[in-house]
Amino acid sequence: MADKRLMYGNHAIVEGVLAAGCRFFAGYPITPQNEIPELMSIRMNEEGGVFIQTESEIAAINMLFGAAAAGKRAMTSSSSPGISLMQEGISYLAGADIPVLVVNVVRGGPGLGNIAPAQSDYYQATRGGGHGDYFTITLAPNSAQDLYEFPKLAFDLAEQYRTPALLLADGLLGQMMEPVEFSFKPIDPESLPEKEWALSGCSGRERRVVRSYDLKPGKLEEMNVRRFEKYDIIRKKEQRFKAEYCNDADLIIVAYGTCSRVSGAAMRMARDKGLKVGLLRPVTLWPFPTDVFADLSKSTENFLVVEMSCGQMIDDVKLATECRSKIHFHGRPGGGVPTPPEIYEKIEKILGGAK
Amino acid sequence: MKKVFSRPGGLTDTLMRYCPGCGHGIVHRIIGELLVELNIREKAVGIAPVGCSVFADEYFNCDMIQPPHGRGPAVSTGIKRARPDCIVFSYQGDGDLASIGTAEIIHAAARNENITVVFINNAIFGMTGGQMAPTTLPGMRSTTSVKGRDIKKQGYPMKICEMLASLDGPYYLERCAVDIPKNVVKTKKALKKAFNNQINGNGFSLVEILSMCPTGWGQTPVQSKRWIQETMSKYYPLGTYRDQSKEAE
Repeated sequence: MADKRLMYGNHAIVEGVLAAGCRFFAGYPITPQNEIPELMSIRMNEEGGVFIQTESEIAAINMLFGAAAAGKRAMTSSSSPGISLMQEGISYLAGADIPVLVVNVVRGGPGLGNIAPAQSDYYQATRGGGHGDYFTITLAPNSAQDLYEFPKLAFDLAEQYRTPALLLADGLLGQMMEPVEFSFKPIDPESLPEKEWALSGCSGRERRVVRSYDLKPGKLEEMNVRRFEKYDIIRKKEQRFKAEYCNDADLIIVAYGTCSRVSGAAMRMARDKGLKVGLLRPVTLWPFPTDVFADLSKSTENFLVVEMSCGQMIDDVKLATECRSKIHFHGRPGGGVPTPPEIYEKIEKILGGAK
Repeated sequence: MKKVFSRPGGLTDTLMRYCPGCGHGIVHRIIGELLVELNIREKAVGIAPVGCSVFADEYFNCDMIQPPHGRGPAVSTGIKRARPDCIVFSYQGDGDLASIGTAEIIHAAARNENITVVFINNAIFGMTGGQMAPTTLPGMRSTTSVKGRDIKKQGYPMKICEMLASLDGPYYLERCAVDIPKNVVKTKKALKKAFNNQINGNGFSLVEILSMCPTGWGQTPVQSKRWIQETMSKYYPLGTYRDQSKEAE
């Protein structure tokens, strides 16, 4: 049986990152993710990796640019205001097709906001976030177990498609303790294959250049079109979601991360009272799991989107269902976390009371 | 007939697009020579800045990366820590290093990061058309200080070597110029030292190079060389600002 431990979500990320064979971390302190760099500073030292506490999030993302361009698995973690500072770098990484892992333990915003859990960085995470035409693969964990397993998935996808990958967690997931099963064999960094594009010195080969620009007429257009062909493949092949009781549902709750946990409890309350309620949890926020929505919207009258924001993912639900169904919303912005009873109350209002 | 002068192996065959009289070409040649002379071309990774020398990624005959404006020292740090065997050099202009990238250069120096920084100071934003740089001299004209830099409104220039010399971290700081042959020879000597410092694991080296920008300055190439000698190098004195190899002796 695999080793199992009770862990903070933030600590599960650290172990997951190391098990994924990553030995490069650069980051800047910000609540509510400080447990990540704190433990990372100890664990990277033990594992012979690199830990750098940077002068800013801007420096951190650019150190990742260097390390990842040199072919190594590299990651940083931060929280909302810090992720905003990294957007320039993420845009360059996307433009240069360099895979990295960025963890956002989201807190309340805009501005300094607060340090309570939130999901208000959804637009930023799923629309590129910085300047230019690009997307980043975005995974939404909802447990400490996910926080352990998703870094490996994120690195694998990032490298397969040569794109930055984001893990969109929130302050609650980072701070809560749950059992974590060390469910896969840790990867030896030395066993990871050399990348045919990485900078390592041009000994015995042609020199390589990593860049996000091309000033020759028409060339950038070509580059961007090629990148979107890649995005089309990702959209087709990498949609991930978890569906519970969706097939017979009169109402499907749509929620990711912390909200999907709370919504699960609300769904069970409703089912106990005879209401046909399901739960659809997007695991990839980009690519958004549009196909399953397209299918379910043909047979489901109501979708209830639950978010810790004023409503961002709801746009994607509307697009994916092509407005065939009624789309309802329950949101708690600015650090608020919904409770199962308040979600249930909303369900009752929509479906017209317990059966 | 014997060929006595040719393009060094550290430069590609690409035609350089710098203006007549520009200093970048001289510094590129020096680095191109050193990559071969020090036998480091095949393990070198160069960083091209944002600015006129963004095209350095086409000119240096080694692995190259082009990061965001000012972030060369952070990207260099990432490469060097990920691949300590690589020889990493960050080539930056004064807008890149002394304006938008001040945090990155100061902290790379403070960490004594084992990298080599080539800092081209031509007192102007060249590529964007001659705007005021953090290094533009008091009274000097630019397209955003058309009557001359007014220190009351626009403040004083940044003296990077002097500033970094106030830190304990950096191993080697030198200011050179490429205005006259004697100074070009000195610049090559300083850059050689800066690369050797990295090869020997000594830590952070920065060579600031006063460099001509006839186009940005509205001068002829000859006038711009004279301006470095008579004006610019008075404000930015040439010399060694830190050399821990000597301090250790």
